[in-house]
Amino acid sequence: MDTLPKGLKTAGHEAIDEAPTPVAAYRRDFNLLRDNGRALDPPWLKRQRAAAMDVFESAGFPSMKDEDWHFTNVAPIGGKHFPLSDSSANVHPDALARFTFGESWHTFVFVNGRWTSQGSSGLPDGVTVEALSLALAAGNSAPENRLGTAAVAGQSAFTALNSAFAEDGALIRIAAETAIDVPIHLVFLSDASSYGRVSHPRNLIVAERNSSCTIIESYGSVGGESYFTNAVSEVFLADGARLSHYKLQDESRSAFHVGTIAVEQQRNSRYESFSFATGAELSRTNVYTTLAGDAAEAVLNGLYMVDGKQHVDHQTRIEHVAPNCPSHELYKGILDGRSHGVFNGKVYVHPEAQKTDGKQSNNNLLLSDEARVDTKPQLEIFADDVKCTHGATVGRLDETALFYMRSRGVGMTQARRLLTYAFAADVLEKIELEPLRNALEAQVLERFTA
Amino acid sequence: MLIIRGLHASIGEKEILRGIDLEVKAGEIHAVMGPNGSGKSTLAQVLAGHPAYEVTEGTVTYDGRNLLEMDPEFRAQEGIFLAFQYPIEIPGVTNAYFLRSAYNEIRKAKGLEELDPLEFLDLMEERTKVVEMDQAMMNRSVNTGFSGGEKKRNEILQMAVLEPRLAILDETDSGLDIDALKIVSRGVNALRRPDNATIVVTHYQRLLKYILPDFVHVLANGRIVKSGGKELALELEEKGYDWIPGAAA
Repeated sequence: MDTLPKGLKTAGHEAIDEAPTPVAAYRRDFNLLRDNGRALDPPWLKRQRAAAMDVFESAGFPSMKDEDWHFTNVAPIGGKHFPLSDSSANVHPDALARFTFGESWHTFVFVNGRWTSQGSSGLPDGVTVEALSLALAAGNSAPENRLGTAAVAGQSAFTALNSAFAEDGALIRIAAETAIDVPIHLVFLSDASSYGRVSHPRNLIVAERNSSCTIIESYGSVGGESYFTNAVSEVFLADGARLSHYKLQDESRSAFHVGTIAVEQQRNSRYESFSFATGAELSRTNVYTTLAGDAAEAVLNGLYMVDGKQHVDHQTRIEHVAPNCPSHELYKGILDGRSHGVFNGKVYVHPEAQKTDGKQSNNNLLLSDEARVDTKPQLEIFADDVKCTHGATVGRLDETALFYMRSRGVGMTQARRLLTYAFAADVLEKIELEPLRNALEAQVLERFTA
Repeated sequence: MLIIRGLHASIGEKEILRGIDLEVKAGEIHAVMGPNGSGKSTLAQVLAGHPAYEVTEGTVTYDGRNLLEMDPEFRAQEGIFLAFQYPIEIPGVTNAYFLRSAYNEIRKAKGLEELDPLEFLDLMEERTKVVEMDQAMMNRSVNTGFSGGEKKRNEILQMAVLEPRLAILDETDSGLDIDALKIVSRGVNALRRPDNATIVVTHYQRLLKYILPDFVHVLANGRIVKSGGKELALELEEKGYDWIPGAAA
């Protein structure tokens, strides 16, 4: 078993370290919390947590023999025990600016997994954003019927671990027929005290009938180094609801990040997602949506951009349960250094899902000889009247185009930079939120400037 | 301005240029003609510095300096411009952004201040007229979805903006209808100055009706087998290449 980082070798942590395996250490953490803290947890949540802990304990962390984890070795996460982050602090506005792009969105900040904001003042009528911890303590009934129903503990060890331990996150509700123009921005930051520790952000987003909203989740570090973020967001879109949901993963380069977004879509709803992943030593993002109602639409896009020894993994799953649903997916990857990218996109078309229109692509650009990509688009179709395509590519910068640009006086570095940007341009164009699109375009242009 | 002596160049194992001698002075227009596969395009690419070609023998001096030691971007900054036979499509980079980057790189190399997007826009408005190009093309991705004629016009536009001292036009007439050919030729002629020079690489004589060369060279099997004045182009048009010793296939 790996040891804890040096700075944390206090007597108390030595005691935790005595557990024979990391899984056993999580079990003991869980029992301690169950018996001592958590007094405010309602009975249903206590039951849910206990069941999730049982699932995690019996499953353990996935291995590369597991089909869903075939190209990602989670040993750096599963090989040691990360105690819960237990400190919280406010973040200086200057430090926050890097994550908010200078935009005056409705911003809610979490530090080491804990809510630090003042509440949802300034939000329009019909929209509430609350700390999940406070909502649960206040006996808010909304989570009871939803929590754990889209992201099911039994389906993933990481979701189970989150469900057993999650204490905080955002509970967002958009009332029926409400359109909110200014985006809601959830910022999850880890500071220096998170060293060797884990936070389990848990978000619940409920968009009621014909509502419309933009939500951004940002994950990053303000002085945090090696820590583990294990986030779960559940999204429920009622009939005709529309949500643009952006996830920006810019964790510390020595951090670990596993994030699952699980969505349920009812009739005529539209879910647009964009995953922008540039950070972490090892990251995995899952985006799962179930098209449960007629003519619901899912648009899943993403861009991952890594270098050094970074490992970035995306898994998407689109369940076409109802008929007449379009789903469109474009993920692109730019990999430099000795980085490793993984994409696994699954589209299941259930027997009732006639007239499904599914399109999925994954394109990768390798900037170095050592970078590597494993891509696996998957289609499983059990209906007979559908239109589905998928494809994947892995390529390098076009030498002819490089020469063309150089022959016009553009130097090698700038030419590579422009072509790299050009590779990402079409997926970035799909971001409907303009200030965010501009900010991410700038990041792509700057990332590979030597 | 440009002195080529005994130039040999290969791609892979295959030798394509087998001893080219050519001298180009400021103010001159040279036409390099010849049958397919004679090495015309290779000569153009080697002068621009295409990394796929290896120069195995000979020298090229440009303004007294060893051209072959210069990177392609440095050649461009020093005033060499190749109009590509097949202009490259770059989806995702707008014509305006690309051309402004190139223009500013060249300005920087000359120790001049860069133009900001607005100043550059003014320059573009003026230069797009030279090739009768719609301003709207500037906001499209470089050459992406352009017709053959639009691509060639775009090359001449780049030339009009970058104002090279030595322009090399590689088969700029291929794939052009007569109207496009006239526009392209007018552009090239409008840019002509006493202190710059042009090398026109072409298979056909028809472009030379509009861009009048001072010298015509026949390239065959990697060598210049005949040189003459503009009347040589007419003779080639009439008789083909076979009558020239060394030009037979």
